[in-house]
Amino acid sequence: MLHIFCPHCGELRSEEEFHAKGQAHIPRPLEPNACTDEEWGDYIFFRDNPRGIHHELWVHAAGCRKYFNATRHTVSYEILETYRIGEKPTVTEATVGEKKATTAGVTA
Amino acid sequence: MSQVNRLPKGGRVDRSQPLTFTFNGENYQGFAGDTLAAALLANGVDIVGRSFKYSRPRGIVAAGAEEPNAVLQIGSTESAQVPNVRATQQALYAGLVASSTNGWPNVKNDVMGILGKVGGGMMPPGFYYKTFMYPQNLWLTYEKYIRKAAGLGRAPLEVDPDIYDHLNQHCDVLVIGAGPAGLAAALVAGRSGARVILADEQEEFGGSLLDTRETLDGKPATEWVAKVIAELEKMPEVTLLPRATVNGYHDHNFLTIHQRLTDHLGEIAPRGQARHRVHRVRAKRVVLAAGAHERPLVYSNNDLPGNMLAGAVSTYVNRYGVAPGRQLVLSTNNDYAYRVVLDWLDAGQQVVAVADARSNPRGAWVEEARARGVRVLTGSAVVEARGNKRVSGARICAIDLKNHKVTSSGELVECDLIVSSGGYSPVVHLASHLGGKPTWREDILAFIPGEGFQKRHCAGAVNGVFGLGDVLADGFEAGAKAAAGAGCKVVEGSMPKTEKRKEEAAVALFQVPHEKSTSRAPKQFVDLQNDVTSAGIELATREGFESVEHVKRYTALGFGTDQGKLGNINGLAIAAKSMGISIAEMGTTMFRPNYTPVTFGAVAGRHCGPLFEPKRYTAMHRWHLEQGAEFEDVGQWKRPWYFPKRGEDMHAAVARECKAVRDSVGILDASTLGKIDIQGPDAREFLNRVYTNAWTKLDVGKARYGLMCKEDGMVFDDGVTACVGENHFIMTTTTGGAARVMEWLEIYHQTEWPELKVYFTSVTDHWATMTLSGPNSRKLLAEVTDIDLDKDAFPFMTWKEGLVGGVPARVFRISFTGELSYEVNVQADYALGVWEKIVEAGKKYNLTPYGTETMHVLRAEKGFIIIGQDTDGSVTPDDLNMGWCVGRNKPFSWIGWRGMNREDCLREDRKQLVGLKPIDPNKVLPEGAQLVFDPKQSIPMKMVGHVTSSYMSSTMGYSFAMAVVKGGLKRIGERVFAPLTDGSVIEAEICSSVFYDPKGDRQHV
Amino acid sequence: MQQYSGFGLFKHSLSHHENWQRMWRNPTPKPVYDVIIVGGGGHGLATAYYLAKEFGVKNVAVVEKGWLGGGNTARNTTIVRSNYLWDEAAHLYEHAMKLWEGLSQDLNYNVMFSQRGVYNLCHTLQDMRDSARRVNANRLNGVDGELLDARQVAEEIPYLDCSKNTRYPIMGSTVQRRGGVARHDAVAWGYARAADALGVDLLQNTEVIGFRKQDGAVIGVETTRGFIGAKRVGVVTAGNSGHMAKLAGFRLPLESHPLQALVSEPIKPIIHSVIMSNAVHGYISQSDKGDLVIGAGIDGYNGYGQRGSYPTIEHTLQAIVEMFPILSRVRMNRQWGGIVDTTPDACPIISKTPVKNLFFNCGWGTGGFKATPGSGHVFAASLARGEMHPLAKPFSIDRFHTGALIDEHGAAAVAH
Repeated sequence: MLHIFCPHCGELRSEEEFHAKGQAHIPRPLEPNACTDEEWGDYIFFRDNPRGIHHELWVHAAGCRKYFNATRHTVSYEILETYRIGEKPTVTEATVGEKKATTAGVTA
Repeated sequence: MSQVNRLPKGGRVDRSQPLTFTFNGENYQGFAGDTLAAALLANGVDIVGRSFKYSRPRGIVAAGAEEPNAVLQIGSTESAQVPNVRATQQALYAGLVASSTNGWPNVKNDVMGILGKVGGGMMPPGFYYKTFMYPQNLWLTYEKYIRKAAGLGRAPLEVDPDIYDHLNQHCDVLVIGAGPAGLAAALVAGRSGARVILADEQEEFGGSLLDTRETLDGKPATEWVAKVIAELEKMPEVTLLPRATVNGYHDHNFLTIHQRLTDHLGEIAPRGQARHRVHRVRAKRVVLAAGAHERPLVYSNNDLPGNMLAGAVSTYVNRYGVAPGRQLVLSTNNDYAYRVVLDWLDAGQQVVAVADARSNPRGAWVEEARARGVRVLTGSAVVEARGNKRVSGARICAIDLKNHKVTSSGELVECDLIVSSGGYSPVVHLASHLGGKPTWREDILAFIPGEGFQKRHCAGAVNGVFGLGDVLADGFEAGAKAAAGAGCKVVEGSMPKTEKRKEEAAVALFQVPHEKSTSRAPKQFVDLQNDVTSAGIELATREGFESVEHVKRYTALGFGTDQGKLGNINGLAIAAKSMGISIAEMGTTMFRPNYTPVTFGAVAGRHCGPLFEPKRYTAMHRWHLEQGAEFEDVGQWKRPWYFPKRGEDMHAAVARECKAVRDSVGILDASTLGKIDIQGPDAREFLNRVYTNAWTKLDVGKARYGLMCKEDGMVFDDGVTACVGENHFIMTTTTGGAARVMEWLEIYHQTEWPELKVYFTSVTDHWATMTLSGPNSRKLLAEVTDIDLDKDAFPFMTWKEGLVGGVPARVFRISFTGELSYEVNVQADYALGVWEKIVEAGKKYNLTPYGTETMHVLRAEKGFIIIGQDTDGSVTPDDLNMGWCVGRNKPFSWIGWRGMNREDCLREDRKQLVGLKPIDPNKVLPEGAQLVFDPKQSIPMKMVGHVTSSYMSSTMGYSFAMAVVKGGLKRIGERVFAPLTDGSVIEAEICSSVFYDPKGDRQHV
Repeated sequence: MQQYSGFGLFKHSLSHHENWQRMWRNPTPKPVYDVIIVGGGGHGLATAYYLAKEFGVKNVAVVEKGWLGGGNTARNTTIVRSNYLWDEAAHLYEHAMKLWEGLSQDLNYNVMFSQRGVYNLCHTLQDMRDSARRVNANRLNGVDGELLDARQVAEEIPYLDCSKNTRYPIMGSTVQRRGGVARHDAVAWGYARAADALGVDLLQNTEVIGFRKQDGAVIGVETTRGFIGAKRVGVVTAGNSGHMAKLAGFRLPLESHPLQALVSEPIKPIIHSVIMSNAVHGYISQSDKGDLVIGAGIDGYNGYGQRGSYPTIEHTLQAIVEMFPILSRVRMNRQWGGIVDTTPDACPIISKTPVKNLFFNCGWGTGGFKATPGSGHVFAASLARGEMHPLAKPFSIDRFHTGALIDEHGAAAVAH
């Protein structure tokens, strides 16, 4: 069971108080009507789903009811930071230096 | 026969407290302090069960959690039955009733055993994959017989009389295991001021120190144990948990401890006590001091009763004063095993011989044994046990370890007990629950915990440290590190002095060679509980199962209730050997929780029965009960479904309730609808964005119906929202959707539009709502309110504040029945009084309470939808023919607008909500009936929609339904057919979904 | 291929089982294959088998990073059923069901497919409506299904608490009698053995670390054993599909979540069918070994750790004890987790991709095992022809742009 630091409450609390709400930093297009079906579909359905560093949205549902972001590793489940909505993560795939196979990717 | 194997003295049992118990119907006696296994051995019980596959007789092998055979059924009454209790972990209590789980007619003389001997050859691993295939339709028959052999014990057939509870714990240091390393760690951590939990699975703390020959500070080790426990008990921040198994190591240092609070007292917990408790622990640091399990050697017939682990026999002798035999043979590859020889001699028993696989063992204990006259055969091993239902002899041969060969014809010695030790396997289970891979160390022939990213420290045998002095030092160090890691200032103590002794390394020996090839030698068991043999493992690798996981899955190695604590390492050593690779290359399988099995009830805790999930009641619930209402579960709410009068069934009650509303007036408890108070200067703008329709022009005092969609354009909630003030609205949601909508509003406000000044407060429980509906509702309400109800003063879709029944109220003139209606909202704690006043005043109008069923009929007659019944997450407002509720020209692209304009949502032939009138007006279409245009087509039929709501209307005198039909809005007047499961077909005409009072005159009066 | 039978078993017992052949070879990769399947789980192996057997494509390799059948095939709760609501899903799963019936004989490997019935309990009026809708749809689609009332449920399922005093009293149930369970590992092994016999190369311990492309088309895979060329590549990697898509340079509408399950200690058979409840949120069956096999919903966060959070296990057992109070004293032996790739509509993706000749079969979420033969069959057909099989067409990635979703959340609400 995860132990999550709520940046609003300033406390480490158990996962049972929280709900995971999927990938973070997916802003709603400012002009939805200008989006193609494909762009709109990408916005509502397509996700990064990384195996590694993931920036995700959580809500302290049984606590302060506030949303916040977390940077979490999806294999080790380690939470590297939590931060408020509107703030940028300080830990990213680039800063952690996730190299190896994950970024080897396409070769031609 | 009375305790034939009980030694005249010794052991930690209380001989002044004899306890009688029953095993397989016979009465026996043991002592307080015995485990059930110790008591059975004391009484000379050899056979405790029959093996799973071959029905071979089996006896007790071990003394702890690793025991594979003594897995018994416990319980004297039906409701107290517990299957698969390990006798080695069950404390004896007076009146304990136990029995074997297999064997017919009994375990001593089992008919299946003969079958096992004859048919065993037909049952190599995976035999069932290779047969029982033909003919195809017979598998269920074959399986019926296969299932007869399934399982060990049985579930009780009556409900558990016991309760279980949970305790959330937070600590600085959780120490797992109270052997020498754990005690040392707990002591240092405790002295350093850390909040410590020390948990151990056994009845007593001390672990291996409880039966060791070694001394601490020159005194028996148990004295040191007692001293340490006394000191720990005095520390206010230290919690000691005996009979408490740490069974799972979860993320972020969350661990679960399964504590058996009363199992040592009896089969049912004393009144008022919980039987088990699960501690849910969040630990800053963990010290894993779980020890090691001794590995048996794998030789022929090593499953006969009378084959035991060397260390287990020491435990039975020293801790319980029980000698499970007379003449002992030891087969080993290491020094530590010699302790059993010395213990056995001290107990006055005979040691026949020691077969040591090493060519020239010269360790201190070996020499001590030799000095006491023990015959030590070097370079040798027991290759085969002899005997029928109990060991009667052992064949000892010289062996060539390198070439895995028997090199002498050997000798057959007479004995009744063969004990073996192939080394020690650290209990790495908990360390790998989170995926940490154990590491093989060739120098100690063991897997130790691999790198872990958790905040844990391993100490003692689990770390591959076996000498007592080293174990204690390791424990002290781990305790200090853990305390420091948790932020404490470490206070070191002094270590007890241990004996120095010459030790010699073990040699690698897992499967003992036999003159015959593995496949032809008498069976050599690796996993006793699942009857997995070395031949079976070799067969698996021969057939291409080369990964350790494949071997495990194909042979069932390690899948028993002991999870392969004895057999896994031997099994993978045999697999590695047969493939010509090293154990390190082979690797081990991953361990998963639980370390040992945990009672379902304990995991569930108190959240069972009445506490499974809370029930929500409205303020008027008591009144509904008094009126004999039937209730419907809606979300967590209990809502009155209908109010039957004496002798009425639901149909009669609903017909009466409907008529009352249409003719006079009815009253509905609508308190369960979600209510959200929305305030702020941008509240109106926010509503514009989350509702499909426009809110800009809604004046104070007015109310409006709104639809909510997801970004994909699909309807997900609806309700009426009223403007209370320029910056203040009250929103209603569906009963089941209240929490969902609240979270929906919050996520958009907090993540997308934080610049909007608006706040949301759930007020569902603050307000109780009673709906008065029917032509007489105005007259009735007028009698209990000071509000001017004149139709011009208080028109449809507006609301007013005033007193109702003498209590401040908000009254909304909105209607879900199509009749003149008022929804009266009062503070919940006044609501019952107000309700009763209205009921009293309503008598002269035949005021009739109605429930959800009548509400459903009345709203359906009007074509009003119910979210979740007429919608399913795949319909847009246009599909519902509710285009009037879509603000196509709102400036802001509100939630759902872009989604409902995607290609597929604009198709003309989408399923659309329409009304259906069965051609036979007495036939009610079943809800959920599928619709087709052509009932004559063959299966699979082309389905064009389904019935979402369907009723008999007593008002209109005919049946009617709401349905979604492909392109239905353009098919008004056409026919559809509902082919039903009974083979009949109901024909219906597609019509408007508004059946009653289509112009809406009645609600506007 | 050595034929398996009861007689063969007897014959081999006379030679102490020393002459059983390998079930599959351990081949060295060829430089190029007609089709490479990435992922050696049940679906991948089934795809390879049907490619070779039904569609004449025998120059096929299955590339597996670990051991065959080591992913969700090894971790599921073995339930097979086809009673899905929407036509597209029902047809696909029923296609699988028909292949299940006869699979042991087809593969000459007993996958122990046991049609002991699958019950979905109803606890509310809306459950009853939804169930009626599903059963009616099933029957008109040629899928068997019945709707039972509370009395029938009590008669058919012993020890289920059908009393009125439970939190959500049971009002009825659907049952698909052709549904049941199968021996999960055997499915992978049976397909592997049969595919190998037809010449398919099963490459274990070979991880794909990239896709090589030329002119927008895939021409092979980079692996830990070097480059292997292919005319077409089919990716069937379940929880790792998102990761594979990333390697190939595009995104999928997938999220990988932990899905947990647990088994009790083996006890004498007491649960004779598969019983699931969406409302109480748990399901249970009993294996031929006697283990109660239990599961429930997914964990809410993304995770590739093959483990989830403990409260999910607690809720699951609370549900089981609520349904079967007599099981309270039975003990949980083991728990574990798999990685399920969930889509927004709880239906799979069987589709072409933005990369030519690269096909994906993923997104089975909690429904993968039961679809194994059908999924393999339609994917094989699609890979052989380069055109999607008609049953696979509705499951294209495009639907997440057009909006033509097939929302099976109702049928898949409890993971199974």
